Amino acid sequence: MIAPAPEGPKPAPPLQTAAKSSPTPDAPARTPLLVVEAVSKRFPGVVALDAVNLTVDAGEVVAVIGENGAGKSTLMKILAGVQTPDSGRILWQGQDVQLDSPRAALDRGIALIHQELNLCDNLDIAANLALGRERRGLLGTLNNAAMRAEAERVLKRVGLNLSPRTLVGDLSIAQKQLVEIAKALLIDARLLIMDEPTSSLSARETENLYRVIRELKTQGVAIVYISHRLGEVRELADRVVGLRDGRNAGNLARHEIDHERMVKLMVGRDVSRLYHRTRHKLGQPALVVRGLETTAHPGRPLEFAVRAGEIVGLAGLVGSGRTEVLLALFGIEPAVRGAIEIDGRRVLIGDPQDAIKAGLALVPEDRKQQGVILEMAVRANIGLAGLKRHQTSGGLLPRAWEKRQARAMIERLRIKTPDDRQPVGLLSGGNQQKVALGKWLTLNPKVLMLDEPTRGIDIGAKEEIYKLMEELAARGTAILFVSSEMEEALGVADRLLVMHEGRITGELAYDRQELTEERVMDLATGRIGVPPWMPDSPTPAIKPPPPSDVARSS
Amino acid sequence: MTKILGILLALVLVTVATAWNTESFLTPYNVKNLLNWIGLFGVISLGAAFVIIGGGIDLSIGSVVGLSACLLPWLLVKQGLSPWVGIPLVLAACAAIGLLHGVLITFVKLQPFVVTLCGLLCYRGLARWFTDDKEMGFGQGFTGLRDLVKSSVNLPIGGTVYYIPTTFLLMVALALAAAFLLNLTVAGRHLKAVGRNEQAARYSGVITPRVVIFSYVICSTAAGLGGMLFALDLNSVQPAGFGNFYELYAIAAAVIGGCSLRGGEGSVLGVVAGVAIIRLLFNSINLMGFPSQLEFAVIGLVILAGVLADTALLKLAAWNRRRQERLRAARDGHP
Repeated sequence: MIAPAPEGPKPAPPLQTAAKSSPTPDAPARTPLLVVEAVSKRFPGVVALDAVNLTVDAGEVVAVIGENGAGKSTLMKILAGVQTPDSGRILWQGQDVQLDSPRAALDRGIALIHQELNLCDNLDIAANLALGRERRGLLGTLNNAAMRAEAERVLKRVGLNLSPRTLVGDLSIAQKQLVEIAKALLIDARLLIMDEPTSSLSARETENLYRVIRELKTQGVAIVYISHRLGEVRELADRVVGLRDGRNAGNLARHEIDHERMVKLMVGRDVSRLYHRTRHKLGQPALVVRGLETTAHPGRPLEFAVRAGEIVGLAGLVGSGRTEVLLALFGIEPAVRGAIEIDGRRVLIGDPQDAIKAGLALVPEDRKQQGVILEMAVRANIGLAGLKRHQTSGGLLPRAWEKRQARAMIERLRIKTPDDRQPVGLLSGGNQQKVALGKWLTLNPKVLMLDEPTRGIDIGAKEEIYKLMEELAARGTAILFVSSEMEEALGVADRLLVMHEGRITGELAYDRQELTEERVMDLATGRIGVPPWMPDSPTPAIKPPPPSDVARSS
Repeated sequence: MTKILGILLALVLVTVATAWNTESFLTPYNVKNLLNWIGLFGVISLGAAFVIIGGGIDLSIGSVVGLSACLLPWLLVKQGLSPWVGIPLVLAACAAIGLLHGVLITFVKLQPFVVTLCGLLCYRGLARWFTDDKEMGFGQGFTGLRDLVKSSVNLPIGGTVYYIPTTFLLMVALALAAAFLLNLTVAGRHLKAVGRNEQAARYSGVITPRVVIFSYVICSTAAGLGGMLFALDLNSVQPAGFGNFYELYAIAAAVIGGCSLRGGEGSVLGVVAGVAIIRLLFNSINLMGFPSQLEFAVIGLVILAGVLADTALLKLAAWNRRRQERLRAARDGHP
């Protein structure tokens, strides 16, 4: 027997980490685990963080909240060593540290659980857990037995009852997440950073994650938790740190954490100034959808309509099938069945060309991969959708048209760019989004669809995009948008269609004063089976939504 | 733009250095020969550039060159077809090959590398099979056609008469057509968009499969045309080996000429300059008396140096941009 005997499967004592982590457990004023002092970070065109402070104690769950673009993700990336701050300092257990690489952060015991999980699907759990620090036998060969034993112990700690030999590719998202957490525990992580960990989990999986987080807390592991879901924060956090436009917006202690205070912390400004609601003169139904079934949710037919001049939002949790509706209408992922009518005429949409011909346009969710071509010039991007329609008889580029449109859009949307030959990748996020929008405005679409129209862009650009939506609606464009930002959905929409697991569970109208966060959340979570993180929200008996008069009248 | 200037500068440097060091370089015979090779390889490299700009790769070019170079004499000599039928037939067969590649890549969603690697093997085998591995040629026949390919235009410069071969002129004409297609037509713009970011192009209503298939058809047809020109020029084709490695010359020329293998980037002028540099290097290695065994090593190093210089320039530009950004920020009074 050359190989060392695998260690017995003795369960790790739960308080092991805690004992190691706090040198003076009973000292009244021990040094915090982590102190972030006046950290700033600039990106081209944006100040992502402006002198931000953060303190985390061992065994504490700190929730960092803020809207998109508030700087949460940048702060987390700095802590994980993915990005380095331009100024400010970071103290780890009272000592100045340079977290200039993910390695440096991991060595100190800081682990980031990514929103996009970083696991190799083709390897089994044990191999993933040991990746980069594989155990070796005498001949330098892999000591699989030792790695599996190690994996088994740590899997138990995160409540994952699976063989270490299971292929990671066969796991669900929730299980993969637990494997990531296990991986962090294996290197004795003292601080776990979780970026929207429940965004794609079911209610039950979420509950299990909470259990694991509480368990880790008792073991002295500190957790910094980013979430959009306020109910969840209320459930878990010992302390809330609010960020707004890259600055500290204030903190809440455990007993102060309630919904109202958190919203105030996040928004912190006169919301009405951001949204310029005007009364829209509604025209005929521009888009009517009957019995539409998307590939993601076959067997769940959707019925709705959007009138000319109306702004309709699709609300719901991530994974409720909102984006899929837009993709089906635009022919990217054509619907399984159902009928689509544009301006009263039945259209068949099998690919984006059909949709464009029918008068539809889509500003997609992923700006950098789908919305624009980063390496191409502003002019070429703005022209791209309309080239075919405006080409000359010989298939020549309509250069004059393209140039005119680029100039017009730069002026109309106030795109900040040195000139129209600048590659779009060098513009700020907000200006990139305006280019993505401008590309469609060149075609005067009848129905404009926007998927997360203001994700990750600054407040100023947001406001301009809201204004533009209003302006387009006033001119009779029908607008259908998807937003995960509650405030935005409530502030912009004339009508919200709330989705849950592929179904439209209700319709809320601004005119009927129905646009409240509670009503949206009740519908978004499916009325029955309200997730456990909203225990104190009453389950109101909502009448079945009145059938849309628009759908009926046409 | 700076990239093209760099390539042209390199071209001039190699030309001057070779002309300075050897007497035979500027003789009409050598110039004609060199231009002939630039023309022949230029035709296939232009085709390769389309695929590369569209974000793909074609490894089968050499085998398609070999196949068409065998097919033409086989059809004309062995089957007795007229050139009016034979030549279009070969071109159509090669276009069909490109169509097959394109369809397998877009609709069956196979990787371009794999599809065209299989093509490389298949067409070579096919050529060896129907020729029975025997040398193919036109013998003493079809002199009109062969003379046409081998003809040239006289160009007197300072008392010496230079010959500009028809193959070179044909390549120039095709290059002009390619430049027109790439820069002035909607199809060309769509090809660049698909090469840069296929998803974004699709979301903008570009019919991406059509664009990709189009690029492979152009590439294989150009290879087929090149193969026929080679066959008429050389009048002797070995089915087992003719055209081997030509895909790599074509890809190398495109890369030297500024095409990125990530797609979306490249200019016709650059590709022509890239072909010229490669043929020039072969020529000067020959004339300057380097051991000819070293020629591959020399060319490999030159390509590597070119790509390294390109990367260094990109880094420099990015660094410069960041500096500007910082300066602007400091001026605007941000921290």
